[in-house]
Amino acid sequence: MTTAHDLAYVRKEEEPILAPPRHEVGAIKWMRTNLFSSATNTALTIFGILFLLWTVPPLINWAFISAVWTGDSREDCIVPGAGACWAFVKAKFGQFMYGRYTLSERWRVDLTGILLIAGLIPMAIPRVPWKRQNALYLLVVFPILAVILLLGGYFGLPYVETALWGGLLVTLVVAITGMVISMPLGILLALGRRSNLPVIRFLSVVFIEFWRGVPLITVLFMASVMLPIFLPPGVNFDKLLRALIGVALFSSAYMAEVVRGGLQAIARGQYEAAQALGLSYWRMMRLIILPQALKVVIPGIVNSFISLFKDTSLVLIVGLFDLLGIIQLNFSDTTWTSPNTPATGYAFAAFVFWLFCFLMSRYSIYTERRLNTGYRR
Amino acid sequence: MAGVAGAATLDDVKAKGFLQCGVHTGLAGFSQPDNAGEWSGMDVDYCRAVATAIFNDPKAVKFTPLSPAERFEALKNGEVDMLSRTTTWTMDRDTTYGLVFAGVNYYDGQGFLVRKSLGVTSALELTGASVCTQTGTTTELNLADYFKANNMTYNPVVFEKQAEVTAAYDSGRCDAYTTDASGLYSTRLSLTNPDDHVVLPEIISKEPLGPLVRQGDFQWFGLVKWVHYALLNAEELGVTQANVDQMKTSENPDIRRLLGAEGEFGSGIGLSNDWAANIVKSVGNYGEIFDRNVGAGSPLQIARGLNALWTKGGIQYAPPIR
Repeated sequence: MTTAHDLAYVRKEEEPILAPPRHEVGAIKWMRTNLFSSATNTALTIFGILFLLWTVPPLINWAFISAVWTGDSREDCIVPGAGACWAFVKAKFGQFMYGRYTLSERWRVDLTGILLIAGLIPMAIPRVPWKRQNALYLLVVFPILAVILLLGGYFGLPYVETALWGGLLVTLVVAITGMVISMPLGILLALGRRSNLPVIRFLSVVFIEFWRGVPLITVLFMASVMLPIFLPPGVNFDKLLRALIGVALFSSAYMAEVVRGGLQAIARGQYEAAQALGLSYWRMMRLIILPQALKVVIPGIVNSFISLFKDTSLVLIVGLFDLLGIIQLNFSDTTWTSPNTPATGYAFAAFVFWLFCFLMSRYSIYTERRLNTGYRR
Repeated sequence: MAGVAGAATLDDVKAKGFLQCGVHTGLAGFSQPDNAGEWSGMDVDYCRAVATAIFNDPKAVKFTPLSPAERFEALKNGEVDMLSRTTTWTMDRDTTYGLVFAGVNYYDGQGFLVRKSLGVTSALELTGASVCTQTGTTTELNLADYFKANNMTYNPVVFEKQAEVTAAYDSGRCDAYTTDASGLYSTRLSLTNPDDHVVLPEIISKEPLGPLVRQGDFQWFGLVKWVHYALLNAEELGVTQANVDQMKTSENPDIRRLLGAEGEFGSGIGLSNDWAANIVKSVGNYGEIFDRNVGAGSPLQIARGLNALWTKGGIQYAPPIR
């Protein structure tokens, strides 16, 4: 029998903590707050699920389950109910990557790629030292090596004319050249546009407004069709080079405006403080203004890079076959014509483009976070 | 590099060591890449034939794929030595462009593609049919003219883009699909069941396709023209890739002249006398080129039709080598 004596006012031991109600934890809670929090959201969720059920299974079926993975010709891909014709991509893979680059010389393209990656990876990882030397390698040594390797004609390497280049090789050559040239040129143009010297300001404005005012396709077309008319007969310079120059100038103008946006975001006090320290114009820009300005416009810069990467497809207009161009070209191969060939080719192109653009955007987000010291939301 | 109009293209080509040939940027059967990326096709073989006539090497040719807008300019400014790019021979192009057509290597023209299940064997039976075509093309006008001229009614189903037309036809929205015949055959290959469709025999427009050169260089013009004629003569005389060596000892004077066993016909166009023998040996005669790329030996399965020799009911006809 319990006596009053035994009764305590205060618990001697804590009651065990009860688990929260089931509808307030885990998946159910998450779904309640994120998917079914209101009538509208519930409707949207149901609609979304139905939409996915409607689109995803047929897509998976087309791309994987009923896809044709191996084969030598269209015969294998026109079987009833066949999905994607991956055998086509497999047979043409070499062309998609290198274009019509001489078969026995393709190792040179691979080596160039390895050299580029070998320079990019240590550059992209902040902890790795020797950034200055690394940048020197990427911006000076590597381009020279790349030209020698890809073009040949030196050190016993057979010459491979650029008319034979194609596929991802051309896409990357055009995109990377455009990016590497447009960045410094864009910064100079942006500084020029904000300069106090009237001639420089005027020239920068004219350059930027001209190149921003004409469509890239027109630039390429002019370079390809009009340029030979102005040049003396017999002077015939490389189509790829023409396209590279066009793309580089074009993207510089866009880059200049992106950088100018960054420059405008820097408070006047920063300039004045730098000047008060006695820094010269270039040191002020290099040490104080640009590091802040460029950091602000990282999303804009990457945006320009991504759109430049995708714009490379336009070089088809001058008879150069980039990745998309060479895939489309191969649709004409009667050995592989089938109802699914074009869709398969486009799916492959989309995947490769997406992969590159996604990597670029991920790296930019990472860089933004790393540099985001003062403006964190 | 090659010079402007009037310069001796043949000398330039010989000095370069290869022929620079303008081709299509991807057209089934005419200029298409194989798995290794090598060009093949009817137009490509014409380039190879010209290269073989000059160098006795079908590989002595570099191809420049040209878009429709670029093609004439590229030939005019000497970027290419000849254009072999399914270009329709019209008076305007032949006279005012500073260019000249060297022959017709493919007589194309607008035709009709129908389902076999329709049971139609002639375009004249298409009364009341719905016909798929592209908007704003001469194809649409030709179609209207043809049905009007034959007192037939039809129901046009027009689309903006080529791919839409093909998809609409494939899904059964129209009974017939009309465009140039060579295009009909390649479209047929991309349909769900190619064998269920047939191209009707009627051709309702004239689209003669052939190689072009610059005006003002008669030697070069003559060379390209006679390469075409040599291919036709070889087929007519039964000279094929397989038998060309035996044929050199033939008694037939026509064959002996074609293959250079008799006469000095090659030197007349600045070539060796066995020029035609070399061509047939490396690329075959006209019939072989046709069959391999677009005809019975290819997936396209295009019937010879107008492109048969004049002796076999077509209109391909070459002047004799004499």
